[in-house]
Order: sequence, then structure tokens, then C-alpha cells
Amino acid sequence: MRFLVVAVAALLLAPGATAGGRPVQADLEAEIVCLTCKTTLDQSNAPIAIRMKAYIRDRIAAGDSAAAIKAQLVDQFGPGVLAEPPKTGFDLLAWALPLGALAVGVVVVGALAWTWSRRGDDEPEASGGVLDPDLERRLDDELDRFED
Amino acid sequence: MVVLAGRSRYPGLCRRGVIGKARTVGQFVAVAAVVGLFVLFGWKLVFGDGSGASGQLTSGDSPVAPDFTLPRIDAKGGNLTFASLRGKPVVVNFWASWCIPCKDEAPALQKTYETYRSQGLVVLGVDAKDFRQDGKRFMRRYGITYPVVADGRGSTLGKWGVAGFPETFFVNRQGHLVGSVIQGGVDLGRNRERYAEGIRLALGSPK
Repeated sequence: MRFLVVAVAALLLAPGATAGGRPVQADLEAEIVCLTCKTTLDQSNAPIAIRMKAYIRDRIAAGDSAAAIKAQLVDQFGPGVLAEPPKTGFDLLAWALPLGALAVGVVVVGALAWTWSRRGDDEPEASGGVLDPDLERRLDDELDRFED
Repeated sequence: MVVLAGRSRYPGLCRRGVIGKARTVGQFVAVAAVVGLFVLFGWKLVFGDGSGASGQLTSGDSPVAPDFTLPRIDAKGGNLTFASLRGKPVVVNFWASWCIPCKDEAPALQKTYETYRSQGLVVLGVDAKDFRQDGKRFMRRYGITYPVVADGRGSTLGKWGVAGFPETFFVNRQGHLVGSVIQGGVDLGRNRERYAEGIRLALGSPK
């Protein structure tokens, strides 16, 4: 569980590849989606993708930060322009749900494993009532053959 | 062999009941997920947008033109709600400044606006998936004076069923789509007749 908390925190706090220093054109092109072809800009030569690349180049030259450039693009085209959904507000669900599902899965599997192991300990040695006698007999035969 | 894990002389076999239950639950969840997906698929088919108003128009209906409110990038500024144009015939043209055929057809649309403005016809441009400043530059360059709104997100495209740029629709005074959707420039030879027909139907003039 502690691992999951750390993983979520790491995802939430992870800085972008371009944060801090001067934005890198190639990094931003990999983080922005072409409006018409739905691939990232670095994989597209559609007219609007070429225009968006030029816009990014201009904004970098003008001294804007990566975050500012992304914010401008989101203002123009909406959050769908980002290859990764923002880690805030409703969009945070896109990050949290898979981790939540993983956590639930781990808890369920752990609980099942714990239940099974406890049952194994609690069950009396002679648990003949679980299987019907016919099946029990056939199973004994099979196991005897197997052991031979 | 799993069998060796339990039962009387192999104690783990008594777990079979638990495993069986878990398997049943798992199967139930899997079947429920598949059924859920089918329900979603059916819902999408019945109630989904499909190809939008364009598809309805193509199949012979005359649907009400989908409403929207978008910021204007023309000189007037502010927002424009499409429903506010009810009572006027409207030519709705979806375009973008990076679209080459949009540049070619721009003079024809402007001419339409100037010709039929006195009869109440409105040409409305929807500059979609485009930088607003590029749209404004485009308008200046091609002398566009009719109202233009910006739809950078392309939020109107699905409802209207726009498949590409440029695309032009005709809306009559009652707010219904009429004529046919013009895909490609309205100035193209193959589109001219349908363009004129669309304007005629939107104006409500006898054929």
C-alpha cells in the first residue's frame, strides 16, 4: 500500500521534461497533439501540425516557459491538445483510476489469498463433506495412480 | 498438479469451494462487462451523434441546425449564439486558415454575403481547429466582413457532422437545415449548382 501511495505521489509531483529550464521544441512536440490527426506533433506533418510547431518555436524564441506555451495551446484548443491529461481536477481521474484499480486488485487478491490460507489452516483434516463420495472415490483412485 | 494441494489427506482440496466461488464471481464480472459493452454500443448506435446533422440531412431529413455559442473573431466581438439567428436564412461555412480550398472559396462566400444581405441572408463562418489570430489574419487578407466565430476545440464539428474543411450548410428561416452539404469549396464547378440551390432553399424562394 505504501508503494502505491509513493507511486501516486511520484506521478503527481513529477516535473515535465521541459520544466525548469528553457523549453525544448522536440519535447513539446511530443507532448502536444495534432488537432486533425490525433498523433503527437512530432509524428505529424499535417498543415495544422506544421502551424502548431511554428507557434511553439515562436513562443520558445519569445522566452515563454513550457507550461506557458501549453497553457496558451489549451486556451486555444482545449485540454484535448495535451498528449497527457492534466494531473489536476477531473482529469486527475485518468491517472488515479488505473492506480486505484490496481490497488483494489492487490487488496482483493491479498484478501482472497489470506482467506484461502486461513481456511486451509482452520479446516479439519477430514473434510470429506466438501466432495461427494463418488467424486472422492474417483479422486482417491486418481491420486493413488498418480503416486504410483 | 493443483489437486495435490489439498483435501483430506491433501488438505488444500477443501479450498475448492472458495476457488469455485471466486471463479463464479470472476465469470459473472466478465459476462457483466461484455454485456455492459454491448449495451453501450447499442446506446451509441441508437442515441449517438452518428454523422451528426449532416448525416440526417443526407438521409432526407431536415433537422434543426445544432445550436452553439462561440466567441466572434470579427470586428463586432463578443459571443454569438446560433439560435439568435432564427428567422434569418444562414449559410454556415466551416473553415480553417490552414485549409487551402478555404482560401479559394473565401471570395465566393463574401460575394454571397454582399449579394443576399439585403434579403436577410447571413453568412456565418466557423473557424475551427485554428489559431484565433490566424483566423483574424485570414479575414483581413480575404476581406471577409460577415460574422465569424472561433471554434478552436472543434466542439461543433461532431454535432454538425463536419467531416473536413471547408464544409457549407444552409439553414432556413425556421432554423432547419435544407439543401445539401457542400463538401469542398463552394466555388468549385461540381458544387456551384448545389450552392445556388442551397441559398435558394434557405431564402425560401420558389424554385
